[in-house]
Amino acid sequence: MNSNQSQCCCDGSVNQFDKLDEVLKKYQGVKGALIPVLQEAQHAYGYLSKEVLQNISKKMDIPISQIYGVVTFYSQFHLTPRGKSIIRVCQGTACHVRGAKTILNEIENQLNIKSGATTPDLKFTLETVACIGACGLAPVMMIDDDTHGRLTPEIIPKILAK
Amino acid sequence: MEHIRAHVLVCAGTGCVSAGSKKIEAALRDQIAKHGLDKEIKIVETGCHGLCEMGPLVIVYPEGVFYVRVQESDIVDIVEQHLYKGRVVERLLYTEHDTLEGIPSYKEIAFYKKQMRMVLANCGQIDPEQIDEYISVGGYEALGKALTTMKPEEVVDEVKKSGLRGRGGGGFPTGMKWGFARNAPGEKKYVVCNADEGDPGAFMDRSVLESDPHRVIEGMAVCGYAIGADEGYVYVRAEYPLAIKRLKNAIEQAEAIGLLGENIFGSGFNFRLKIKEGAGAFVCGEETALLASIEGKRGMPRPRPPFPAISGLWGKPTNINNVETFANIPQIITKGADWFASIGTERSKGTKVFALTGRINHTGLAEVPMGITMREIIYDIGGGIPDGKKFKAAQIGGPSGGCLPEQLLDLSVDYDSLIKVGAMMGSGGLVVMDETTCMVDLAKFFLSFTQEESCGKCTPCREGTKRMLEILTRITEGQGKEGDIELLETMARDIKTTALCGLGQTAPNPVLSTLQYFRDEYEAHIKEKRCPAGSCAGLLEYTITEECKGCGLCKKACPVEAISGEKKGLHEIDQDKCVKCAACFAKCPFKAIKKQ
Repeated sequence: MNSNQSQCCCDGSVNQFDKLDEVLKKYQGVKGALIPVLQEAQHAYGYLSKEVLQNISKKMDIPISQIYGVVTFYSQFHLTPRGKSIIRVCQGTACHVRGAKTILNEIENQLNIKSGATTPDLKFTLETVACIGACGLAPVMMIDDDTHGRLTPEIIPKILAK
Repeated sequence: MEHIRAHVLVCAGTGCVSAGSKKIEAALRDQIAKHGLDKEIKIVETGCHGLCEMGPLVIVYPEGVFYVRVQESDIVDIVEQHLYKGRVVERLLYTEHDTLEGIPSYKEIAFYKKQMRMVLANCGQIDPEQIDEYISVGGYEALGKALTTMKPEEVVDEVKKSGLRGRGGGGFPTGMKWGFARNAPGEKKYVVCNADEGDPGAFMDRSVLESDPHRVIEGMAVCGYAIGADEGYVYVRAEYPLAIKRLKNAIEQAEAIGLLGENIFGSGFNFRLKIKEGAGAFVCGEETALLASIEGKRGMPRPRPPFPAISGLWGKPTNINNVETFANIPQIITKGADWFASIGTERSKGTKVFALTGRINHTGLAEVPMGITMREIIYDIGGGIPDGKKFKAAQIGGPSGGCLPEQLLDLSVDYDSLIKVGAMMGSGGLVVMDETTCMVDLAKFFLSFTQEESCGKCTPCREGTKRMLEILTRITEGQGKEGDIELLETMARDIKTTALCGLGQTAPNPVLSTLQYFRDEYEAHIKEKRCPAGSCAGLLEYTITEECKGCGLCKKACPVEAISGEKKGLHEIDQDKCVKCAACFAKCPFKAIKKQ
């Protein structure tokens, strides 16, 4: 197995699904396991490719149509590759009242992408989120698992530079 | 034996961690070790104290000195001055907004004085990752008492008698719900905790799970015993990684010492708990949708009846309560229903945790007895409105709730009074708005949220909210028409009466309540094409006043070259070209640009 192939998960080669098989084994016989399986598969591969979904469908014996229905229902699941860092700008009520729109605009300008898109170099994916529950620090955003609070448009470039 | 003479509590709630409390803790450990104090001073990482606005928070016991907005560079002073020499570091003390005097003690702070912290009693006081700390403050006593001295029916009756009502929004009597599940036929039953706190602007459930996870576990186990369930699920939003981590840890610790698992307290009662991570869908806060999601399906609600108490998870009788409801259970069992029922109003018992956010001085979590007035919450606890601005409205109950104007500030805060004025308790989000918030824009904000989160199953919600949103968007852009208000009202009523689940039925509430109390703002937008709050960009006009020094900064900032003028001369904005981006407004050093 050359290293080139192990980087990519969508060439359909059998070994690419090792990680997935592990996940499926863990949830074998567990009731209602589809969502956790999808969550862990996405965690392992970065996103849910057609091949991964087909594999899950076959091994869990759930029609692909039903899996597709679940994947597209929840905002957490993604069918296309994502950036290395995920920026989630909170647009909750508290953040809205404290100017979350201007923060989002500034990030869109800086990265030159719209909310929901990924930068061409696959560095950042920009998303909005309804509330991350850190309203005390509004307006806030999360970059991966780190929360940045009390934002102003002026400090955005500094945070992104990091 | 070691003698610990002081405890230093460092808040590790999400708010404080985001503000840098992890670094502070590390610095504190360093400094304490450097001064050889590590044998006599213990550092405790706690959950949320509620005063998130002032984070990161550090509290030194036994004195209870409360340090706010502590930075890494302040640690040397705290250790050398306070811990070593016993002198309080005055400059880091909390100051009240009106007196500007430093207040050393935690309990003297206005934010805490009027609160009645029962559900939040341990939050910020114990280390949430150590089960021993929970047990040392009376934890798991309720479970022990229930299992060894009470029959399951007695537990249900006690909860009924307490008058506890669901804290997740609806306010249904908890004891009755338990009774239904207990009496439902079937061997296998489930307990489910709804921790899918999706209301934007509410974070009390997150805080309880992060700061005192065992309290929720204990409440669920008591419920399991009462209704005859041996298995439970906690459905937590995936957006709450810290809550999930602490809850997992707490379940493992409880299992390790036999407080979860087989034959708990030798009573023959078995109870196991699992965590299910949500995958991002607001509608999953609705109980039937939540159950569908646990089963691995699209989280769509279904018509009730049958209610989950009869046919819930995998068709079995299931009792679902929210985090705060379960967190109330242990104290009801240990202190008794009568004690609990003595707090609050006639029909709303106990306390409620509110998440105070928006244009308010003390953002954070406040727990108050039911029946307190809005004025007390906003001014006494919340510290009023910042920057000398005027109070305009309070939005209570999230996207399902309503906006209350100034004349309702003295309203008693309880389930029934709020419903009467067109709002609802909801999960307890309380967003305060000042004169700069446009109420039409706010209604549009909430509706765009519910519209986006509508699952699409029933037509009134899927199509109705979309049409309403189009009308609101039109109004905020200056394209409002005669008759729009009436159309909004009719549609709102139709959606309320015909939508399938709670999400759809309550979606029009923010529109209805803003129409009820702030109708003149809608009219100003439609008839005069004017936004009284000066917030709807499409209705504003930017002009340059005589204050202009001709520095040219605005001209450079303008993306559409709408500004003209000579150096050192008065500049001018071409209204036809202006796209109202406000870039010039932000750049002008002389405040010479006016928007109105």
